[in-house]
Amino acid sequence: MPDLGLNVLLKGKNMQRLLSGLWTAMRISLIAVAISMPLGILLGVLMTKKNPVVRAVLRVYLEFIRIMPQMVLLFLVFFGTTGAFGWNLSGELSSIIVFSLWGTAEMSDLVRGALISIPKHQYESSEALGLSRSQTFAYVIIPQTVRRLIPLSINLITRMIKTTSLVLMIGVVEVLKVAQQIIEANRMASPNAAFGIYLTVFLLYFIVCWPISMLARRLEKKWKD
Amino acid sequence: MKKRYTAVLAAALALALTLSGCGGNASGGSDNSNASGGSANASGSSQASSSGEGSGAASGKTVYRTLDEIKESGSINIGVFSDKNPFGYVDENGDYQGYDIYFAEQIGKDLGVKINYVSTEAANRVEYLETGKVDIILANFTVTEKRAEQVDFALPYMNVALGVVSPDSRVITDLSELGDGDQVIVISGTTAETYLIENNPEVKLQKYDSYATAKNALENGNGVAWANDNTEVIAFALQNEGYTVGIPTLGSQDTIAPAVSKGNESLLSWINDEIVALGEENFFHAAYEATLMDTYGPDFEETLVVEGGKVTQE
Repeated sequence: MPDLGLNVLLKGKNMQRLLSGLWTAMRISLIAVAISMPLGILLGVLMTKKNPVVRAVLRVYLEFIRIMPQMVLLFLVFFGTTGAFGWNLSGELSSIIVFSLWGTAEMSDLVRGALISIPKHQYESSEALGLSRSQTFAYVIIPQTVRRLIPLSINLITRMIKTTSLVLMIGVVEVLKVAQQIIEANRMASPNAAFGIYLTVFLLYFIVCWPISMLARRLEKKWKD
Repeated sequence: MKKRYTAVLAAALALALTLSGCGGNASGGSDNSNASGGSANASGSSQASSSGEGSGAASGKTVYRTLDEIKESGSINIGVFSDKNPFGYVDENGDYQGYDIYFAEQIGKDLGVKINYVSTEAANRVEYLETGKVDIILANFTVTEKRAEQVDFALPYMNVALGVVSPDSRVITDLSELGDGDQVIVISGTTAETYLIENNPEVKLQKYDSYATAKNALENGNGVAWANDNTEVIAFALQNEGYTVGIPTLGSQDTIAPAVSKGNESLLSWINDEIVALGEENFFHAAYEATLMDTYGPDFEETLVVEGGKVTQE
């Protein structure tokens, strides 16, 4: 067994620090997910409406967020708001704002895509069967939309969790930053620690994201028929 | 970079406000302006330069806290590196350690305030001061003319030059040895990056955001050499078998100094007095022996340490 420098993890509070870094990353992404899922669904539905003003505004919002690298958004919210308005947002709050804006934008486009992918004949058949408009949505459209949305939104959620590694740029010490700190503090005593620690970080991200994927798979199976 | 941010800021925030409704923050902002209202007049000149950055929405607010405001609040925010052993790093108990920290602790003690360490990266140190999110940067900050336009440097406490380290299998002793496909690793926002862009634009750079990622890149052979402060590359070559500092000094000798927000006169002069006073008790030599001796050995003590803010040219 090659020396992976895993003993470094057992020194002092290192393991505990890594886990608290992971918790920071989770807190940011899960709060952002909780905010952006419902908001994204709402905006996604609005995007399918015919109103040109609503559509234009949402389009600009979506494109803006999608084009901007998350790093730039983080700098904008963390440093930019202080420079322009004198708000002193904490790094964590800035991260939650950016991740919510991003998640909402992407989610809304996923919802819009899922909604317009329902063929027109589904609406027409429902009408022919004598279903009211709300019944059409409740029994025909929404079940099909949700089934299409599950894999897409799970993908988005795991992406949001992994992208929290960027928040170290605005001073938030999350799991990856703690890992780098541990590697650096021990660079003389255990020069090989980098591999072992990054492996541990990989496992931590995996442990968090795997159950989410499992849940998605179970839901997909359950709703198959 | 900054201008680009501010240009799109208005649009971003209009969206941010309408879509996520952050009303709670607005009240925090007004507190801030009240607190700094008293010192706004004293620093009229610095305000002119900061509003020249193009941030239209920036009213004439002072971003920094004066010495008295820091003392009153009972705590000081100091931006340091958290992954740059032996200057600023975090030990296994989660405590900050290193040469910069040794000095920071003394500042906290002499000011009689609690220290709140902020983990900064090389690429965002200037932004932290420009927005007043920290009071002092003590993150191995090299004094350069360009940075001096954005922040105010105090007296220096360390010497530094650039150096280039490369693997023993192919030691680069001059930048002209670099071939067409060869890339040199640098960390974004460091002096090494600026120097190479200005003086050797033909050198292809491979940029990394943090020290740890740049180090990994060299170890994995992503680039043929790594340009950084010479303290860094000397220490790296001493500790890692198979690497040699082919170019020990590149460009001119620079100094490392604490920095404060542009125009923060009261804090700046307090730090300068502190550095001179500490020089009388040979404080920075003690700091070297406590934190840097293990890494650089006794040979580099006089080369690296600047005592009492006085640089002795060799």
